[in-house]
Amino acid sequence: MGIIKAFKLGFDYLKYDDDGNVQETQRAVNDVNLDIEAGEFVAILGHNGSGKSTLAKHMNALLLPSEGTLWVDDMDTSKEPELWKIRQKAGMVFQNPDNQIIGTVVEEDVGFGPENMGIPTDDIWKRVDDSLEKVGMTAYRHHSPNKLSGGQKQRVAIAGVVAMHPRCIVLDEPTAMLDPNGRKEVLKAVRELNQAENVTVILITHYMEEVIHADKVYVMDGGDVVMQGTPREIFSQVDTLKKYRLDVPQVTLLAHELRLSGVDIPEGILTTEELVSALCR
Amino acid sequence: MSIELKNVTYTYSPGTAYEIHALKDISMYIPDGQFIGVIGHTGSGKSTLIQHFNALIQPTSGTILYNGEDVWAEKYDRRKLRSEVGLVFQYPEHQLFENDVLSDVCFGPMNQGLTREEAEVEAKKALQQVGFKEKNYSKSPFELSGGQKKRVAIAGVLAMNPKILILDEPTAGLDPKGRDDILDQIAELHKVRGITIILVSHSMEDIAKYVERLIVMNNGGVAFDSTPKEVFSHYKELEAMGLAAPQITYIMHSLKENGLDVDTDATTVAEAKESILDALKSGHSYLLREVQTAESTGSVGKRTDREENETCKPGERRSDR
Amino acid sequence: MIRDITLGQYYPADSVLHKLDPRTKFLGTMAFIISVFVFHTMPGYAVATLFLAGMIILSKVPVKFMFKGLKAIFLILMITVVFNIILTPGEILWKWGFLKVTKEGLSMAGRMAIRLTYLVIGSSIMTLTTTPNQLTDGLERLLRPLNHIRVPVHEIAMIMSIALRFIPILLEETDKIMKAQIARGADFESGNLIQKAKSMVPLLVPLFISAFRRANDLAMAMEARCYHGGDDRTQMKPLKYAGRDYVSFLILVVYVGIAIAFRVLGI
Repeated sequence: MGIIKAFKLGFDYLKYDDDGNVQETQRAVNDVNLDIEAGEFVAILGHNGSGKSTLAKHMNALLLPSEGTLWVDDMDTSKEPELWKIRQKAGMVFQNPDNQIIGTVVEEDVGFGPENMGIPTDDIWKRVDDSLEKVGMTAYRHHSPNKLSGGQKQRVAIAGVVAMHPRCIVLDEPTAMLDPNGRKEVLKAVRELNQAENVTVILITHYMEEVIHADKVYVMDGGDVVMQGTPREIFSQVDTLKKYRLDVPQVTLLAHELRLSGVDIPEGILTTEELVSALCR
Repeated sequence: MSIELKNVTYTYSPGTAYEIHALKDISMYIPDGQFIGVIGHTGSGKSTLIQHFNALIQPTSGTILYNGEDVWAEKYDRRKLRSEVGLVFQYPEHQLFENDVLSDVCFGPMNQGLTREEAEVEAKKALQQVGFKEKNYSKSPFELSGGQKKRVAIAGVLAMNPKILILDEPTAGLDPKGRDDILDQIAELHKVRGITIILVSHSMEDIAKYVERLIVMNNGGVAFDSTPKEVFSHYKELEAMGLAAPQITYIMHSLKENGLDVDTDATTVAEAKESILDALKSGHSYLLREVQTAESTGSVGKRTDREENETCKPGERRSDR
Repeated sequence: MIRDITLGQYYPADSVLHKLDPRTKFLGTMAFIISVFVFHTMPGYAVATLFLAGMIILSKVPVKFMFKGLKAIFLILMITVVFNIILTPGEILWKWGFLKVTKEGLSMAGRMAIRLTYLVIGSSIMTLTTTPNQLTDGLERLLRPLNHIRVPVHEIAMIMSIALRFIPILLEETDKIMKAQIARGADFESGNLIQKAKSMVPLLVPLFISAFRRANDLAMAMEARCYHGGDDRTQMKPLKYAGRDYVSFLILVVYVGIAIAFRVLGI
């Protein structure tokens, strides 16, 4: 069984009226089945409001399913009495870099998770040193987070999760508020963690360029998983993606348009190199 | 309705250890009716620059002229300037505060001295022009989606009837569809109202499609100020500044280097498609199914060296067609 | 203007004061504050000045930063001084209508000014040399005995430390919101008090909404990182008194001793 597995997962947001009675329910996630293997790099795509963030919060037991089950490392999130055991296994990085850094100094923030887990002091230091190294933020360890760029803040947030030694990291739109350079920085750090440390990565995003290196892509719309496959399989369906309010990288779109105009090149071209070699063989 | 900057310099915390030269000796002229893009990475000075346009920031040295008048002259009415040069900030959350959308959009016009009734006329016009549906006018701005909030924020400034509209990162945080919708709407505004639009963005892809003039900021100075095509032809220098040209520019250059005679000036998918098709046609490429006439009805797999060479023969001109 | 508040603005430097245990610094600051109220003569204030100057030099923080904090209390300082001058009865030096300046008033005002100024500078030294986290850690440890009477010391300390981290962020946000509203023609300056209060609505509503949003996000981020209260929690930087702390306590005892001696001997 995979590190994260969902079976018929459903979740309703409840809206209460003034008397505290349930006024209406809104289905945010519907009948989702997932099986994510340890060490995979998985991307979940979807437009704003497609339910992808709600799904992500289940993986960290911040939300518990209304129906169905979600297992993290064989622990059923709705049955586990000590939720923090699940949270330690599946760390989470959020969208807004300012609203997830607790410490006033970089290294103290990275140490926050291990402190909560009751790790002995010496080990905390080792973990902090190690995690800062992995995301390339060692030089900034004594800085105030307020003085860092967005990309740097997100790397600190990632280090804070890495220091908890999770088996899996869930990143909920970590780059949505960053500029292109910040986005690159963060993605590089994430990919390195996945490749060098074999940490399972679940990246939630609506930037298509970020998922071309993923092992597997899930596309969500209206709370349902509507597409799944390798990036190439997903991106060869340009029109379907457009229907789900998503787009494809420009190179994929160009290749798609050329195909429609009768140029004989394969579907699902993901990089400039692929297009050039298809056109100039 | 022109804005002119003359040797504008702006320094944060001058005389302290934290001194930062955000703008260095900038001069530029913004005439009536242009659609301008301003691009630069975080800290390049682009946000500081646009706040000079409507006198939210006073330059450390240099002059800013609006219609030839110094906006920092003693008696100059800067509140009036701010209603003529509308600035929409990145986060709509920073300006929405009323109980309902319509009242919120009325805030600007009422500050100009209009009555509620007059303001509503302007507000409705603005909301309609940004594509905000009438049935949502009475909704709370806080329960809207990101894209809708952005529209209300833009309408809030538009309702003041500015002659120049500046938008700081209008697409930040939106999903791809939301992003395209908002940009199309802005382009439409430019057409319908005929006002000057200044669009600040990180994304070259967004800008390439719309603007007629592109200002690239780097290290507090203007690195380029020209047409997008001209700017993107310096794609290697852009890269050195931590910016990237649109992906299309890279594709076209790479194709050219590999012998396909395409137009490297193409910056949008549509232009690139035309150029590649032309190049393929002039090279009689086997890749074109259309031109697969009687002599080459063979299957896709049947490819010979001769044909391949022909596809990418260097030196062939499109005009040879 | 609002950016001038130094409180809670840590100034990184490598000094003895930075390395001291926050509890030592906290107790030291308390001792110093008490001392400026115990001293009441010029020689006494001279000793306090020497002590304060010594601390400023030891802290390696530019003096400029120390005085920044004073700007925030300038108004209070002025009011205190004026009230003391005109309201203290005694030997009249100068009189204008019902206003009279007395000798006692002048000396009282001078004393109050010195006390207030030293109080602010003294606590600035602590906040400038101690990270807010260390400070709250220190307070948490010092106040731990209060746990027995059911005071949630850990929670209070956590709230303080978060507040300190978010003050600069919210100040920056206030600035941005103000600009966004000014761009829509808002006027925060002119008008009478009621108009001014009304004009704050477009500023305060977005600010509160943002603050609540941040609080919500932060709570979630803390939970996601296994925060579950103060129980079973270890510390990355546990507080331990070192040699320099004992030396500092010795110095403090001598200093407070001098203050008391001055008072008793009437110097």
